[in-house]
Amino acid sequence: MAVKAIIITGNGTNCEVEMRQACILAGADKADIVHISSLLHGEVRLDDYNFLNLPGGFLDGDDLGAAKAAANRIRHSSVFGTQELLLEQFTRFIAAGKLILAVCNGFQLLVKLGFLPLLNGSYDQIATLTNNDSGKFEDRWVSLQVNSSSPCIFTRGLAGLYLPVRHGEGKFVTRDAESLEGIEKNNLVALRYSRADFLSPTMEYPYNPNGAVNAIAGICSPSGRILGLMPHPEAYLHYTNHPRWTRERLPEEGMGLLLFKNAVAFARTEL
Amino acid sequence: MRVAAFVPKVLKGILPTLLMAHRIEIGFQDKIGDVLGEGVKRRINEHLGISVVAVRVVDVYSIVGELSPHELEYLASSVFSDPVIHTYTIDAPLALRKDNFSWIIEVGFLPGVTDNVGKTASEALLTALKKSDDQLFRVFTSKQYLLQGNIGRSDVAHIASGLLANKLVEKYGIFSLEEYREKGGNKPYIPLVSENKAPLVEEISLEISDADLVALSRKRLLSLSLEEMKILQEHLRLPAVIERRAQFGLGKNITDAELECLAQTWSEHCKHKIFNAVIDYHDGKMRHEINSLFATFIKGATQRVREEKGERDFCLSVFVDNAGIISFDEEYNIVFKVETHNSPSALDPYGGALTGIVGVNRDPFGTGIGAKLIFNTDVFCFAPPDYQQTLPERILHPRRIFEGVREGVEHGGNKSGIPTINGCIVFDERFLGKPLVYCGTGGIMPKRINGKDTHGKEIYPGDVVVMVGGRIGKDGIHGATFSSEELHEGSPVSAVQIGDPITQKKMTDFLLVARDKELYRCITDNGAGGLSSSVGETARLAGGCDLDLLLAPLKYHGLNPWEILISESQERMTLAVEVSKLENFLSLAKKMDVEATAIGHYTDSGYFHIRYGKKTVVFIAMDFLHEGLPQMRLRALWQQPSHKEPPPASRDELASGLKRLLARQNICSKESTVRRYDHEVQGGSVIKPFTGENNDGPSDAAVIRPLLDSYAGVVVSNGICPRYSDIDTYHMAACALDEAIRNAVAVGASLEHLACLDNFCWCDPVVSERNPDGEYKLAQLVRANQALYDYTVAFGTPCISGKDSMKNDYQIGTKKISIPPTLLFSVIGKMVDVRLSVTMDFKKAGDIIYILGETHEELGGSEWYALRGYIGNKVPVVNATKAKKMYNALHGAISAGLVASAHDCSDGGLAVALAESVFAGGLGANIYLTAVPQLVALPEEALLFSESASRFVISVAPENKDRFEVALQGCSFGEVGVVTEEKMLQIYGLADKPLIMESTAELKRIWQATLTF
Repeated sequence: MAVKAIIITGNGTNCEVEMRQACILAGADKADIVHISSLLHGEVRLDDYNFLNLPGGFLDGDDLGAAKAAANRIRHSSVFGTQELLLEQFTRFIAAGKLILAVCNGFQLLVKLGFLPLLNGSYDQIATLTNNDSGKFEDRWVSLQVNSSSPCIFTRGLAGLYLPVRHGEGKFVTRDAESLEGIEKNNLVALRYSRADFLSPTMEYPYNPNGAVNAIAGICSPSGRILGLMPHPEAYLHYTNHPRWTRERLPEEGMGLLLFKNAVAFARTEL
Repeated sequence: MRVAAFVPKVLKGILPTLLMAHRIEIGFQDKIGDVLGEGVKRRINEHLGISVVAVRVVDVYSIVGELSPHELEYLASSVFSDPVIHTYTIDAPLALRKDNFSWIIEVGFLPGVTDNVGKTASEALLTALKKSDDQLFRVFTSKQYLLQGNIGRSDVAHIASGLLANKLVEKYGIFSLEEYREKGGNKPYIPLVSENKAPLVEEISLEISDADLVALSRKRLLSLSLEEMKILQEHLRLPAVIERRAQFGLGKNITDAELECLAQTWSEHCKHKIFNAVIDYHDGKMRHEINSLFATFIKGATQRVREEKGERDFCLSVFVDNAGIISFDEEYNIVFKVETHNSPSALDPYGGALTGIVGVNRDPFGTGIGAKLIFNTDVFCFAPPDYQQTLPERILHPRRIFEGVREGVEHGGNKSGIPTINGCIVFDERFLGKPLVYCGTGGIMPKRINGKDTHGKEIYPGDVVVMVGGRIGKDGIHGATFSSEELHEGSPVSAVQIGDPITQKKMTDFLLVARDKELYRCITDNGAGGLSSSVGETARLAGGCDLDLLLAPLKYHGLNPWEILISESQERMTLAVEVSKLENFLSLAKKMDVEATAIGHYTDSGYFHIRYGKKTVVFIAMDFLHEGLPQMRLRALWQQPSHKEPPPASRDELASGLKRLLARQNICSKESTVRRYDHEVQGGSVIKPFTGENNDGPSDAAVIRPLLDSYAGVVVSNGICPRYSDIDTYHMAACALDEAIRNAVAVGASLEHLACLDNFCWCDPVVSERNPDGEYKLAQLVRANQALYDYTVAFGTPCISGKDSMKNDYQIGTKKISIPPTLLFSVIGKMVDVRLSVTMDFKKAGDIIYILGETHEELGGSEWYALRGYIGNKVPVVNATKAKKMYNALHGAISAGLVASAHDCSDGGLAVALAESVFAGGLGANIYLTAVPQLVALPEEALLFSESASRFVISVAPENKDRFEVALQGCSFGEVGVVTEEKMLQIYGLADKPLIMESTAELKRIWQATLTF
């Protein structure tokens, strides 16, 4: 099927251009940056796409906590002139098994909407992303271990990733031990902060930049079709994005692109 | 003085008089911990030396409006708190649920101060509860700090005033546990601006004595001199003026709005009176008359460079717009501007710096037809953060200024989605009186939209004046005139304001769409002077304007027309929109949730005509407004200062000198600050602030790819060296320019496509009773400008925009602190192919190390002499002819892929540059100082630490040695050693005797240990 990617922007989102570039480089047939107002005015509908990208940024300045006000907007706003809640377009998109990649602020948004981890299919918010243990925003590159047992379709065939984190509220925590256990048992952890060998998940700063429980950097839905992660895959599309490209021999394509390529390949054959 | 009141159109009440209010308090659940509280605890200890056991933070939302218990519960549980980590109370004190604190400090904003979280919370309330009337519901935020520890009330007061609250923008209350329990908690905190008076227009007679004119200027913070006040007086006496004014109901007196508008337009900040003055300059030998430093040296140099470049000239718009524009490639132009925001940052470091960065964002955004913003660059000058002496009155501690500025720029830059790609921090005790906060922003714009060039500006009579973005409040009133003054007792509180990056981001998102749909004709920003300046300037393109201030959207009641006119409330742009496109423009704004209001139209009447409803409040001829100010006449007298020279340093001092230098605040790693800035958003990051084996070596310049489907890059770098001003500002300026250029060349830029921005921060160069050495400071300014001319012409690098801030002094009582004259050169250039960039870290054992450029005995003003407690006299002198030849040769070598690493050599000399390349690469090096290029045999002290300009530390793979040396033929270079596997820096001195032997890890540890907060 044709891969139609939508990249939502507006109200403080700021990684939409490179997210679109990633979709294009990965071979999406269509990659539209759409301002949230166009969704709210019914000019564009999520239903017309099959790959939803929620990029990083500072939705509403993260003023009530990261992406909190934006989650509130999606939950309560109806499409202009209709009775349809914008939320319904999202739940329909998820129910249809379409793909969602949510990065950083987008991940925070999904978690606060209860769209991840969708444990037992429930939209309850059982996890969140809170202030880094360091108490500060930081931009630094991290090594990630890929959980090969995870159903995540984005990380298929990958062993490790090297990507930048750029956040102040990235510490993954769950409501209770039971929720964490559920996430682990179902292998919904897709990515963990690791030492440089990509094999050793760690709580040690700065390898684990925020103190996330079980070193969790990204989680997926049980279907594997929704992935939320704090590191920025769209920031590493080309070798010159790598912090050491002038001293290491690297492939032309950046590691971040691999997630998008997996998504596009999956959408083309399975959706 | 006569006061004329008139009845305004009745405005809709912002809030009902009788307020229903509630209070929601939110804290972390115990199991989550409170990292924010932990951070405050640490800062209390580090800043104030007070130790507390624990700090917890409670977020308070005070809500005005009638809400049901159910609605309040929903807000508390689902909108304002996160159920996974938070706990909350409604109309009950959260702190009293547990008695584990000794003191409580609650900090809230003063009325009218920007409360970004409160604004977002208000919007969230309306959305969640489906309320449509934003007049009936408002949320205000405050913060509680629960302190646990055995400390007394005076310590708590010190914590509140010295760290947690700034009384210029905030209010705080302190309660002991017992007091708070007794009170039963705090009531909702509702800092509403409550002005019920009707707007007034004052008419002021200028037929008063000279002394009274001076008093009037001072009392109203006009910053107008007696001479300027008398020009106004004379103007109002002209029969033709009286007659024209009478037609619009104005009498012989000037209105307050006219007076304020003229003061803004004629301020040093807006008119650059000193840079445009006629200067009688005595250089110690001869007298020269200089008719405008700006025209002679800055514009003059750029004009000459452009002529000499001929067809290779890449400048498109210089000095005429909000920022400079140069060509980038066939389809795009780039735009760059650097500004300062010093005075507000001295008073409120966070708000001042935040406003500084989001303010300069609007400059490139408002240049030509508007540019998309692609990078920020920040340079800060502070007093040492470990300053121990008693602080002068009204001065905040340098550590607090440092952290506040850092956070302001962090929030402004990160939340706007603009990468902060480059910058530096300079420390000197004289920045105690005023910190310097340079913020720069670059943008990119298509060369043409629908076939029309984008780099110019045009407006036609009849075009509608539309204000877009934030609303107008009293914030920032007198910002322009205030920045034209020293910091004094009466410095206005209203000059301080807090920016709102998200309102601005929404506005810029909208305006870029409107730009590409060609929905407007012209755009400019509202910065200093507010509407009076933005409309006053753009009205020149049409020939006049007619505005109605009653149409302008306000944050609250009670603003007088003059305040609306000159308010510097942030996040606003002024646009000219064709009548036929107005409806489309406004409806797109509405759809994208951006406020846009038509407030008048441009005319060709020749008059700046401002009304408030039907009443004319300003009627000034455009000619008089813009050309009525006569040129200032000033005197400048240069005297070469003479400083004591130190005795030669001992060999032991030299051996330990490198480590001591690496620990210096001006040299040490700034990573703890830099990592807080997002430097790679937008996806085009190529050379980051940090590089090398562990991503922690200091890069010389930044390179980004603004277009993700092209390899063309933008290079950005800075040069600044205020210490050299103690000897001669001519060489200070030359060295700053050379530093900026060689930083750019070090990463691979070509001299062919580099442009400069000059940013002068000076101490008052106008002589007066309070400023007796003004003539010397003006001579310093003249000399810096002469160097700017000489060296930008020699290098062929035109200045395309710039700025000056001339009153960086502090004077309260007898205490006077003046900054060292400081010139920041920022350089922007094009790289044809970013894949050819190089970084500063040594790459491989066996690579050959070269020093490029001659070393001279130029330790005057160096970090090394500063460490030894001396200034000296032999300041580095730039030889542009040799430097230019070498920069071109090095660029050739880099482009041919012959260079493994290149590092600029500046503060701390060769020794520091070598150490940085060594530890960034995680390798070692053997270095022989005798091979360093030198014209006469130099002592080891100079070889190690002299800061001679135009030098690099280069490494080259052995297989490229011959080709590299051929490429550098005719330039001074020396093969000084080799990169080693063994992680040691071993420097051999004269007669090849070992001089410095240090482990790479130890050097890096020292370099990283100084600034860790």
